[in-house]
Amino acid sequence: MYRYDEFDHRFVRERTTQFRDQVTRRLSGELTEDEFKPLRLMNGVYLQLHAYMLRVAVPYGTLSAPQMRQLAMIAERYDRGYGHFTTRQNIQYNWPALKDLPDVLDHLAEVEMHAIQTSGNCIRNVTTDQWAGVAADEIADPRPICELLRQWSSLHPEFSFLPRKFKIAVTGAPQDRAAVAVHDIGLHMHRNADGEAGWEVLAGGGQGRTPMIAVTVRDWLPERELLPYLEAVMRVYNLHGRRDNKYKARIKILIHELGAEEFRRQVEEEFARAGTPEVEVEQRELARIAAYFAPPAYEDLQDVSTEFELAKNGNRDFANWAKINVAEHKAPGYAIVNISLKPVDGIPGDATTEEMNLVADLSERYSANEIRITHRQNLVLPYVRKRDLFAVWSALNDAGLAIANLGHLGDIIACPGMDYCALATARSIPIAQDISRKFADLKRQYDVGPLTINISGCINACGHHHVAHIGILGVDKKGKEFYQITLGGASDENASIGKILGPGFSGEEVPDAIEKIIETYIAIRGESETFLQTYRRVGADPFKEALYATA
Amino acid sequence: MRLLKNGEFASDDWTVLSEDDVLPLNGDVIVCFDRLMRDYAQLKAHDGRIAVSFPNDCAVEDLDDYLDILDKVVLTFPVFTDGRAYSQARQLRQQFAFEGEIQASGNVLPDQLAFMRQCGFDVFLVNGRFDAEQWQKAATSMTLTYQNGYLPERGFAPADVWKRREVKSNDQLRSDFEEVWTA
Ligand code: SF4
Repeated sequence: MYRYDEFDHRFVRERTTQFRDQVTRRLSGELTEDEFKPLRLMNGVYLQLHAYMLRVAVPYGTLSAPQMRQLAMIAERYDRGYGHFTTRQNIQYNWPALKDLPDVLDHLAEVEMHAIQTSGNCIRNVTTDQWAGVAADEIADPRPICELLRQWSSLHPEFSFLPRKFKIAVTGAPQDRAAVAVHDIGLHMHRNADGEAGWEVLAGGGQGRTPMIAVTVRDWLPERELLPYLEAVMRVYNLHGRRDNKYKARIKILIHELGAEEFRRQVEEEFARAGTPEVEVEQRELARIAAYFAPPAYEDLQDVSTEFELAKNGNRDFANWAKINVAEHKAPGYAIVNISLKPVDGIPGDATTEEMNLVADLSERYSANEIRITHRQNLVLPYVRKRDLFAVWSALNDAGLAIANLGHLGDIIACPGMDYCALATARSIPIAQDISRKFADLKRQYDVGPLTINISGCINACGHHHVAHIGILGVDKKGKEFYQITLGGASDENASIGKILGPGFSGEEVPDAIEKIIETYIAIRGESETFLQTYRRVGADPFKEALYATA
Repeated sequence: MRLLKNGEFASDDWTVLSEDDVLPLNGDVIVCFDRLMRDYAQLKAHDGRIAVSFPNDCAVEDLDDYLDILDKVVLTFPVFTDGRAYSQARQLRQQFAFEGEIQASGNVLPDQLAFMRQCGFDVFLVNGRFDAEQWQKAATSMTLTYQNGYLPERGFAPADVWKRREVKSNDQLRSDFEEVWTA
């Protein structure tokens, strides 16, 4: 894992000191809330419905065991004993007191973490594949590039006052688990005809009120040219992105209005003019960073583990969990463990201090000290020997964390919604809870097969409802909550935006509506056809009929 | 309004000419872009320095043909959150090799001074709300930068982290870090 050196350390410390001073001035009344606002936002502090909220960056979703313990400690000491993992692979604390925030940032700095640029019109925390470095299908670990991007985007002198916020996602595998097509910039690694790995650069994807799939700006770029090329993209956006209307200020609107072709031409022209003057320095820095991401010393193992096979035969719950929540690893004899944070009736993405500590302990004991956070609000232990899987499962099971629903109906994404968020128009957590109760039966979930349900509490779409197989969007209609249902979204390498099915439903009606959609699918699906495949084959009509045909 | 240059307030001897003001016999003048294009030949022969006041929604490449007579380009920040002029300054320095002064005008605040300098600004038209010391403190508040090639040439430049790192091994960097940390 990446470790700070004296420079990274000083950089974060300077910022924390600055913020402590600003908080002191706010508390003494020297700064008004209006003057304080841009300053606190630059440090990840939002003002929510009931309290301040702190959003902590977890760069590219990778955490060490000591970092996870520190997050657990902060939850215990400064919050109400839990934290909320978000779709940006970050963690949010919903109840810290303003006066404590500088101390919290100091505690974060102790474990080489910060909250810089988790808000504001700048380049946000870079996200990536939660299985980076271990996925069986991966070309290369994308995290060295992500770390280079983290540094490069930190207080970038030219790109700190963009028209709007800017999100970059990176994936090093053909299967896109990082949703790169719905980000302002997406980087997707490919090999060219000579077998050299390089980057496809996508731009202009996004969700929010105008969801769009990104266009490819360059289909293959050598790695050494990546930063200068990104600077060209950013510069075209910084100069020409709309600043007259907040809702039209994202890069997707610029690309939409210019047309992909013209945007490409402008980027290439800018790139040609700016050239690549300092790429050697960047390449050496990248090599320095990459050394930190060397894989742990793998044991020389047989891929098949007898202990694992025996344990599966002896315990059906374990066997189910292993089938659903454990993914293939690139090293023989190892496995990727996914920990679902979606218990029946739970709050998606929430983890208590005890749970965080348990996961930290398990990662120390079984997973080379490493943990990942996924954009589906779950956790990952990336380096578990197959023969240890039963022990890991048993420990998780004792804590109620061996929830075998990954990628299935119960694995629901939900944004904080009306329970916390100042922008919300409807609740989303209680809707997720209702659905999880209705479909609590795991056997039923397995029969339904792979399915994503994502819920957002307003049009800002933090719950990624546009790219869910079944998306749920809460809206306000004359002071009453209503929920629109979309079908057919996906965020993988065949990304698509879901389509609205028809008139919305009240909160109480949502679980039944989902039930009808599921029943319709089961009635018409072809052999081993997933929900998404069925929808793409038959379209919306059968589902509309089931939902809206008057009884 | 006062001019801030090299960390100090400097006298402002520039005359801002509107489109139709008569060009004085000599002295330093600032003209708008339209006038620069229109009166290029006349301005070229002018006895005194020439500056252009350039809007933030025009393309810097359009200035290319006129840069030879320009001693200064004045770029503008209508509000501090409108960051277009950062890119314009960067392009002027890096792509058009402009070596004259680049002046920031408009909503110029101490918090942004360091960024502006890194992008190539070296003169700042500021109001009297802050004293020279506050500006100086702001300009030097950031001692580190990760971005390659974004370094002001004159005076208090922050450290270019990636270049500094090149001379040390990771182990060396880490042990230096631990020394700082435990101190
Ligand atoms: S989607 Fe809306 S309600 Fe949900 S977190 Fe985002 S802004 Fe808040």
